[in-house]
Amino acid sequence: MKLTYPEDAQAFADEVRAFVREALPDDIRAKVIRHKRLTREEQTLWQRKLVEKGWATPAWPKEYGGPGWNAMQRHIYDDVASEEGAPAAIPFGESMIAPVLIKVGSPEQKAKYLPRIRTLEYYFCQGFSEPGAGSDLASLKTRAVLDGDEWVINGQKMWTSLAHEANMMFCLVRTDPDAKAQEGITMLVFPMDIKGITIRPIITMDGGHSTNEVFFDDVRVPKDSLIGEVNKGWTYAKLLLGHERTTIARVGQSKRELRRLKQIASEQMMDGKPLIEHQNFRDKVALVEVELLSLEITALRLISALSAGNVGVEANLLKIKGSEIQQRLTELLLEAAGPYGLPYDYNKGLGDTNLPPIGPEEAASFGPNYLSTRVVTIYGGSNEIQRNIIAKSLGL
Amino acid sequence: MEFALNEMQQMLQDTAGRLVRDRYDFEARKTIIASPEGYSPALWKEFADLGLLGVEIPEDFGGSGGNFQDLAVVLEEFGRGLVVEPFLSTVVLGAGVVSRAGSDAQKQDILPRVASGELKLALAYGEPDTRYDPALVATTAKADGDGYVLNGRKAVVIGADSADTLIVSARTAGKPGDRDGISLFLVPKASKGVDVRAYPNIDDRRAGEVTLDNVRIGKDAVLAAEGKALPVLEEALDRGAAALCCEAIGAMAAVNTLTIEYLKTRQQFGRPIGKFQALQHRMADMVIAEQQARSMGYLVTERIGADNAADRAEAISVAKAQIGLSGQIVGRGTIQLHGGIGMTMEYVASHYFRRLTAIEMMFGDNAYHLARFAKASQAAA
Repeated sequence: MKLTYPEDAQAFADEVRAFVREALPDDIRAKVIRHKRLTREEQTLWQRKLVEKGWATPAWPKEYGGPGWNAMQRHIYDDVASEEGAPAAIPFGESMIAPVLIKVGSPEQKAKYLPRIRTLEYYFCQGFSEPGAGSDLASLKTRAVLDGDEWVINGQKMWTSLAHEANMMFCLVRTDPDAKAQEGITMLVFPMDIKGITIRPIITMDGGHSTNEVFFDDVRVPKDSLIGEVNKGWTYAKLLLGHERTTIARVGQSKRELRRLKQIASEQMMDGKPLIEHQNFRDKVALVEVELLSLEITALRLISALSAGNVGVEANLLKIKGSEIQQRLTELLLEAAGPYGLPYDYNKGLGDTNLPPIGPEEAASFGPNYLSTRVVTIYGGSNEIQRNIIAKSLGL
Repeated sequence: MEFALNEMQQMLQDTAGRLVRDRYDFEARKTIIASPEGYSPALWKEFADLGLLGVEIPEDFGGSGGNFQDLAVVLEEFGRGLVVEPFLSTVVLGAGVVSRAGSDAQKQDILPRVASGELKLALAYGEPDTRYDPALVATTAKADGDGYVLNGRKAVVIGADSADTLIVSARTAGKPGDRDGISLFLVPKASKGVDVRAYPNIDDRRAGEVTLDNVRIGKDAVLAAEGKALPVLEEALDRGAAALCCEAIGAMAAVNTLTIEYLKTRQQFGRPIGKFQALQHRMADMVIAEQQARSMGYLVTERIGADNAADRAEAISVAKAQIGLSGQIVGRGTIQLHGGIGMTMEYVASHYFRRLTAIEMMFGDNAYHLARFAKASQAAA
């Protein structure tokens, strides 16, 4: 079931669809749809096409290179582009550190970082979590001490996604160990190729390498790596994590997955008829579609509330429901694949190989994707943390 | 999709909301339910005087010519207040059917009297074996002289108790399940051969089992074209489901507010129980359920008037499936979070739960609407 946009918005949606279909290389689209990992080069290639079109960094103010879209246009872009299989923007630069720079960065920092984030010349990763600081991020221990004109960093970051591909990091460090947990934290930005940084891959249960441990051993970065003020890092971190909440619902991506699920379920046969014609399975698919449609309307409501400057619990709701729906879809895709959901054809599923697939080609990604998607209810503020926030906003 | 209320709708919201707050507190409602009528004739008259009964009735027939969106605002407020008056049966279903299918003479006869509060209606479409399928009509209407003779039994007719006139579905041709051959008849309840066994439902609204034993009615009692009434009936049932969605949204909002307040005030282990995370998370899920339901409410009001019946049905089903599910989460949750007091008849939480349970089961339950949506959605894919 499709929602209809107002006429001008519909025209914009058509324009986005036409552009993506024309500009997106087939091999990249195929990789996105099959959940294969994109290389940094592929991600950058698509980003450059968006820059050329003037559509990169949709949420940025126009003066920094944003297209000047309103919230509704941004939603439509996101929705249509993901439905069409365009790579999702890497959030770390564009959606996380950039808004902080725009808000509190010095003119020099803005001039240096923003244009390069926009073209992905600066490929960022996020140094937040640590072995002892997950949901309780404020308990982080990585230390930075000012020594002359340099910060000296010692400690360890964990779950640092893309650290092995990134050339820049924004990082939370403890600068005042005696202050209350949240008040002694500072945000720094620095390159990854400096002495004393060691990256160790973390292989996740799907077999993929997207995240890492990062060790800091007397790492020295210049004084002007500081973002904003010393000991104000927590405030910036909250700003950054709260940014672009409507995209975290991944409505467009889930719509694409739902379409794929219906497709697979109409091809897979059981008891002499397509799986989708078995009421039990069809109703399970329908229930996800029900919740996804509700979520899409909730996202639209949030957008209209954002324009009115009034946001309630919808932002946390979007994270919780959006991630639960993503997981549910991977569960049903795996179920739909049947026995050919079993072979662990890692290269076919996530990377590249010239060997023919073991079973139906699309089935190879369902297992790894089912496994790796368990993360979505954990990251970005676990769903339990989101429920805590909702409870707090209810006054409990 | 329009999220803001217009001026007219804000006025209706104020009017209905004030009425509920001022005249419909828990004690007043208790008295109404316990009365022989099971609703308040005095309040019904007030509804009429405030224009609430004629919101959707065309101006030519004594109403204010509004649309379902306008009605939705009133329904949400009535949902908040757990209003038991026969609004759904008379205004949404009865007047709705007459507006769409009636002849000018029938409209002129009926609609102004609905708007003024003089006439109450009920739609008798279900039968003991039909479950949620209005085409499984076994009740017969045989042409006889200058009229018809009706025989059959109608099940769980909402509002039958208070109605003056029943709108009855019966077969003028074909067999149960056929789409053709179903007709709708205006049957005054006082007609010879009409028997109503009245009872309260689990939500304190009155309903009845209607027996039609050789009931004679005139030719002019036929609504819509003879044998072609099923689409009218299907639209009416979608409107009924849509109305319940709006009511449920109001009920969920009210009962969530109530539960949150209780979590803040009820003390155990030396602190408000709302400080316990297990309860906080359940409450968060209830609020999420309410918001997801509210989102679907916008789809309901946008699509209920769709020209294409299949589009309308698909939208109503996807919405009612969500709202029914949300109602379970919110309704069952409020009882659990309130603990023992939630179990009692003396406290309002249980009444919200009873209403949300009834809403889920009326005009197609969750399983029915999920399956209907699944079929439609698969056909579209």
